[in-house]
Amino acid sequence: MGFALQLLFTGIGVGSIYALVALGFVLIYRATNVVNFAQGDFAMLGAFAMIVLAVDLGWPYWLSILITLAVLVLFGALFNLGVYYPLRNRSFLPVIISTIGASILLENGVLVAYGPQPQSLPGLFASQGFNIGDVFFDSQYLLILAVTIVVVTFQYLFFERTLIGKKMQATSQDKEMASLLGIPVALMIMLTFAYSAVLGGLAGILVAPVLFVSVGMASSIALKAFAASIIGGFGDVTGAIVGGLALGVIETFGAAYISVPYKDGFAFLVLFVFLLFRPQGIFGERIAEKA
Amino acid sequence: MTAGTTTTTAGGKAGQIWLGVVLYLVTAVVTVAFANFTMLSAYVLNLLMQASTYAIAVLGLTIVLGYAGQINLAQAAFFSLGAYSVGLGTTTFGLPFLPALVVGVVLACIAGGVLGLTSLRLGGHYLAMVTISFQTILSLILTNWVSLTRGPDGVLNIKRPTLFGGYFLDSGHYLAMCIAALYGVGLLVWHLRKTRLGRAMQAVRDNELAAGVTGVDTYRTKVVAFTLSALLGGFGGGLFAGGFSYISPDQFSFSESIVFLTMVLIGGSRSPVGTVLGTCLLILLPEWLRFLKNVYLAVYGGAVILIMVFMPDGIWGFVTALWRKLNPTMRIAPGEIAPLPLTREVGRADGSLILRVTSLSKHFGGLKAVDEVDLAIARNTVHALIGPNGSGKTTLLNVLSGIYRPIAGRIELDDRDVTRLKPHQRAGRGLGRTFQNIRLFGNMSVIDNVMVGAERPGHVVPGHAAGLTRHALAALDIVGLADRAHDAVGSLSYGHQRLAEIARALAGSPKLLLLDEPGAGLNHIEKNELVGLLKRLKGHGLTICIIDHDMNLVEQIADHITVLNFGRRIADGTPEEVLRNPKVVAAYLGEERVGASS
Repeated sequence: MGFALQLLFTGIGVGSIYALVALGFVLIYRATNVVNFAQGDFAMLGAFAMIVLAVDLGWPYWLSILITLAVLVLFGALFNLGVYYPLRNRSFLPVIISTIGASILLENGVLVAYGPQPQSLPGLFASQGFNIGDVFFDSQYLLILAVTIVVVTFQYLFFERTLIGKKMQATSQDKEMASLLGIPVALMIMLTFAYSAVLGGLAGILVAPVLFVSVGMASSIALKAFAASIIGGFGDVTGAIVGGLALGVIETFGAAYISVPYKDGFAFLVLFVFLLFRPQGIFGERIAEKA
Repeated sequence: MTAGTTTTTAGGKAGQIWLGVVLYLVTAVVTVAFANFTMLSAYVLNLLMQASTYAIAVLGLTIVLGYAGQINLAQAAFFSLGAYSVGLGTTTFGLPFLPALVVGVVLACIAGGVLGLTSLRLGGHYLAMVTISFQTILSLILTNWVSLTRGPDGVLNIKRPTLFGGYFLDSGHYLAMCIAALYGVGLLVWHLRKTRLGRAMQAVRDNELAAGVTGVDTYRTKVVAFTLSALLGGFGGGLFAGGFSYISPDQFSFSESIVFLTMVLIGGSRSPVGTVLGTCLLILLPEWLRFLKNVYLAVYGGAVILIMVFMPDGIWGFVTALWRKLNPTMRIAPGEIAPLPLTREVGRADGSLILRVTSLSKHFGGLKAVDEVDLAIARNTVHALIGPNGSGKTTLLNVLSGIYRPIAGRIELDDRDVTRLKPHQRAGRGLGRTFQNIRLFGNMSVIDNVMVGAERPGHVVPGHAAGLTRHALAALDIVGLADRAHDAVGSLSYGHQRLAEIARALAGSPKLLLLDEPGAGLNHIEKNELVGLLKRLKGHGLTICIIDHDMNLVEQIADHITVLNFGRRIADGTPEEVLRNPKVVAAYLGEERVGASS
């Protein structure tokens, strides 16, 4: 029982990371109808920026986090300008390929700078964690959970209660109408990219002390997060969170009880089953093309 | 010659094609002989071996992505099925090369078919995800099922074919065989796009909804494209394994699938020439860029973005577009066009019904878009369907052509129940239609658009390819567009695009032609021409059901009018009866509040 609870805790912690990245996917998808295959690279960049600032330069941890997030805001905006904006009027395929190109560029750029050997980032807290009964509560996982809850709450309030949040929602629902109403659509999409980059970066910063920081983390996180958002129901914000958490738990239990080498396969197996029997995911609706 | 006046006869065109084929064969023989008889260094040999076997797999992507417009992010996985079948087949299982290759191709085919059957109903991002999942799971199996696949160490000492006294054991000879295979596959893929299947794929790519209504079984077409792609992946992989005699799982990872995809896109996905160009370029590029080896992949990623932005159709697409600009398209000489029998219903204006719709309903949530509508269309008449905006006309048309499923009611076309049929099946029964917002196959030529219409199920055009061309030209001639046959459909004016869409429907000799606001957006002169055209079509024996807002146009041509309002039929009869009906006047001009006092 203690073991299972331990797994549940770890699974939810891992799942929170997937959920954060999946949220970034979903927001960009809703705003642009495009899947950003470089979403995981935002996380990788966040992690590497922390290595540069907190480890190499030895700056204070909190300051490093703030600077990293600020850099990601800028990066998200630039990403929008360079990768999405020129292709905004084309079908989804060229845009997908363009984001894949960006992902290749980013990963190999970092590879040139840092080489293939994994880096490690210390956690925020000196304490490793504490025990309650048989279950060990790792401090970093607790932090991940706390931040995820804060982010989700913030996002909810932002989109539902602020004017700019509502403008962003309007943009994602009907660009043409939004622009007729005087909403600067291009700016709203740029903001969406910036915010998605921050979400990804945050996930990278949080997960870095748990995993090793390497170029490979980008694609593995991105694929899982994408799977999570499809399981939850593509384009659905609640779905992304639930899907991410579910995936983290499934994966952790699968690795513990079934097979470690195939750990990365469980996510895709579950996804496969979903795609076959419930492609709209847990919360999604069926969408049909209108004539 | 000056632009716009080039006239080419059919004979001249056939001559050009033959010249192309001869050139192709000569090049093929020369390259194969070169590979066969020249002593190449091991370095060059390896590069060429990789290029030729990769190119075969990438040609698969030309079919699925370039022709059919479906994404496949697992080509490396299909490649690995072929490679591991040959690898393990010729070592662990002691099979000769050829049977092992066949096993690989069959396995890839089955995997592709199953994947396609299960996921192509969804398409788009889902397909991307399913293929990624398949790729990831297969990669994991290759690495971890050590007892079968030998795990990360890979498979060593893979055999080559022992045919002809071991002739192909020599690397140069084996390479020559691979290049010959590439030429063969290239020719087949080139030919495919001018076949019925190839045109169907391109129609699906350009406008899936219109493809279905025009008679293309879209789901089947996508599955076939996907399976063919997997087949070529497996074939290329099998040859690859024999060429290098060593394979390991990391050669077939997800990132390799991305490389395959980039190759096809950089070269130009719509042409096999572009595909082979892209493949060679991306294999040679790292060799040329050796001096910046370190940042090569980063540069490459940047190049992918730049190419997508500046050359969306790839290098070859860019070149052909330039070529077309410099060389105006062929014009059709007027003498070539023979008149076309438009329908097999001539002389049957006997009052019998071609379409009978009984209490048809379609609701969207609480909205009753079509509510228990009855409709009867008599043979060889023009029947107009009118009503204010939002009265359910287009929804009714969508239910009639099978895009929407009705929640109740019955549709009989030519006395046969078609209520449960799919759009392409209804097209096969002789139902043609156009769309309010024009839906042509935007990247195909005008005549190719029309050919898709002529190739609807159950419509036999005699005389093979030449007969089909004649038939399509005749359909274009009726609407007055024959001279634009070889132009890109996107280059037509708005009014001409409407006519091209009508020609596409006409080419299938429809029993009933549904026209959704054919007059919308046309100017006065164009509208008059449209009236003339519709009258001529009726004279040819066609039955037409037309939606339009222009009462002037409707009055000029309609034999019978049905009026819808809020999804319900409010009037039905001859134009004189209907247009004087107070209910109709009220629906259009607003309810007159007679005696309203409260």
